[in-house]
Amino acid sequence: MMKFLTSLLLGLTILTAPAYAQNGPLRLELDQGIIEPLPFAVPSFVPDNAAAAQFAQDISRVVAADLTGTGLFREISSDAFISRVSSFDAPVQFADWKAINAEALVTGAVNVSGNRLTVRFRVWDVFSGQELGTGLQFAGTTDGWRRMAHKVADQVYSRVTGEGAYFDSRVAFVSESGPKDQRLKRLAIMDYDGANVQYLTDSAAIVLAPRFSPTGDRLLYTSYETGQPRIYVLDVDRVRRTELNTPGGTMSFSPRFSPDGRSIVYSLIQGGNTDLWKMDLASGQSVRLTNTPAIETAPSYSPDGSQIVFESDRSGTPQLYIMPANGGEATRISFGQGRYGTPVWSPRGDLVAFTKQNKGRFHIGVMRTDGSEERLLTSSFLDEGPTWSPNGRVIMFTRETQGASGRATLYSVDISGRNLRPVRTPDGGSDPSWGPLQN
Amino acid sequence: MNVLSKVLALGALSVMAACTSNDPSALGGGFGSGANGTIAPGSPSDPRSPAYFQQTVGDRVLFSVDQSTLTPQAQTVLQGQADWLLANPDFVATIEGHADEQGTREYNLALGARRANAAREYLISRGVAGNRLTTVSFGKERPIEICSTEDCYSKNRRAVTVLTGSTLG
Repeated sequence: MMKFLTSLLLGLTILTAPAYAQNGPLRLELDQGIIEPLPFAVPSFVPDNAAAAQFAQDISRVVAADLTGTGLFREISSDAFISRVSSFDAPVQFADWKAINAEALVTGAVNVSGNRLTVRFRVWDVFSGQELGTGLQFAGTTDGWRRMAHKVADQVYSRVTGEGAYFDSRVAFVSESGPKDQRLKRLAIMDYDGANVQYLTDSAAIVLAPRFSPTGDRLLYTSYETGQPRIYVLDVDRVRRTELNTPGGTMSFSPRFSPDGRSIVYSLIQGGNTDLWKMDLASGQSVRLTNTPAIETAPSYSPDGSQIVFESDRSGTPQLYIMPANGGEATRISFGQGRYGTPVWSPRGDLVAFTKQNKGRFHIGVMRTDGSEERLLTSSFLDEGPTWSPNGRVIMFTRETQGASGRATLYSVDISGRNLRPVRTPDGGSDPSWGPLQN
Repeated sequence: MNVLSKVLALGALSVMAACTSNDPSALGGGFGSGANGTIAPGSPSDPRSPAYFQQTVGDRVLFSVDQSTLTPQAQTVLQGQADWLLANPDFVATIEGHADEQGTREYNLALGARRANAAREYLISRGVAGNRLTTVSFGKERPIEICSTEDCYSKNRRAVTVLTGSTLG
């Protein structure tokens, strides 16, 4: 893991001053209810030398997979290509790409020298014949080639949509194996697309619900290694964990970082009752945020750190509430039919994602922070535990199938409700936490 | 499942789920039968044994959906547990609270803690010292029945009193 993280020293170089500094007319407006994915072509990147050949091919494939995976883009197969791109700097034959209806074209070149890998790329608006944005060059080491591909795809996504991207990000999750009554759980981390899975714990103790720090350097999680559920913080690079010292009460769980990464909010069980507490990580001091006989759990901060959305059954059934970050009066925001849980504030601040249980089905949904405009995005026997992509456009969650052979799998869905798809992991997967876009 | 019928014959309905235990002794020659006239210490026939506590007294109580209220049957089982613990003061116990899979991971952890605590408070009210009783919640992490119907769910919504510490000398 360390090797992977430190090996990718990304150098970013602007290739040339663009002929057209302004974005061309090519633009995918994500809020317009996109039905037709935008057709694009990624001819295999041009290798500068023999050592770069395989990387050039693989990088182009990952770029295409990232874009296709959003459901917003549709790749045009290379079988249809009229032009070949054999030189990165040769003029693009726009007519050839227009003829096959490619609206966006991504060209690139790869150079490998020793273990150093350089990727150059340009994004073209085929119909206007203009470059979209500016050609860039990323440099790193060969074992970080997938990250460089994700960086390229992030640029394409951002330039075409005008939105932040999310491909160069990681997801922490719980890897699951074995039957339901003897399930083995290990903490794991992977690229957002399921590649490069690394295990952070063994399966000796039950582990639950990892949560990334805002910068992605640490994970909070719950482990039964002492026999009781307790909160741990793990340094991701060093894979070194520390148990957090929560006050009087043996069980603590459901931790989440504050947006500044300096404190956490969590659930503490005392005398069978679950309340919310906040801990300053530097001092280790905790203060109580709620004090009711009801269950209060699953807290999540607003992006500005001023408020916390959480789940409570103080009304008789689990519902969603928002309170000031230092505690105080809470306002209920969920009023639809059914039970609501695991609220997570979106990184854009506009929405809360949640788990809803109603009439024997589970749903992942979103609502505005005042509870209005509730929309259910999924429906199954058991969906739970949403986490937001760094740009607030996609939600990943756990789907568990029913019965004796039931299995947990990670899924992602666009906040439009489209593009529901499994995220492939080596074993079962649950409790995803989507980390920030990497630098 | 001969054990099941015997347990039922004893009228301890709430210990049904105990029969799902993997404890091989539960499948042995039964308990209290004294077939050969002797009682092996530590065997289910020995009233001072954890196996007896588990199978005859009943180590678990069951709950309704979302509830942590003790039913009359549950109170009967817990009274038996309290009597046993008072008669066997060398033992301490951990009460494990569990939930069925209907519900989020977090809520079920909290619910399991409520259930374990309800059982603990009842035992304390019947005279068992609080410092002999700890609780832990497993939420929905450790079902004993793995079907996704009420048959299984009803057995998974449970508080199980697990004896620890002392063993029979």
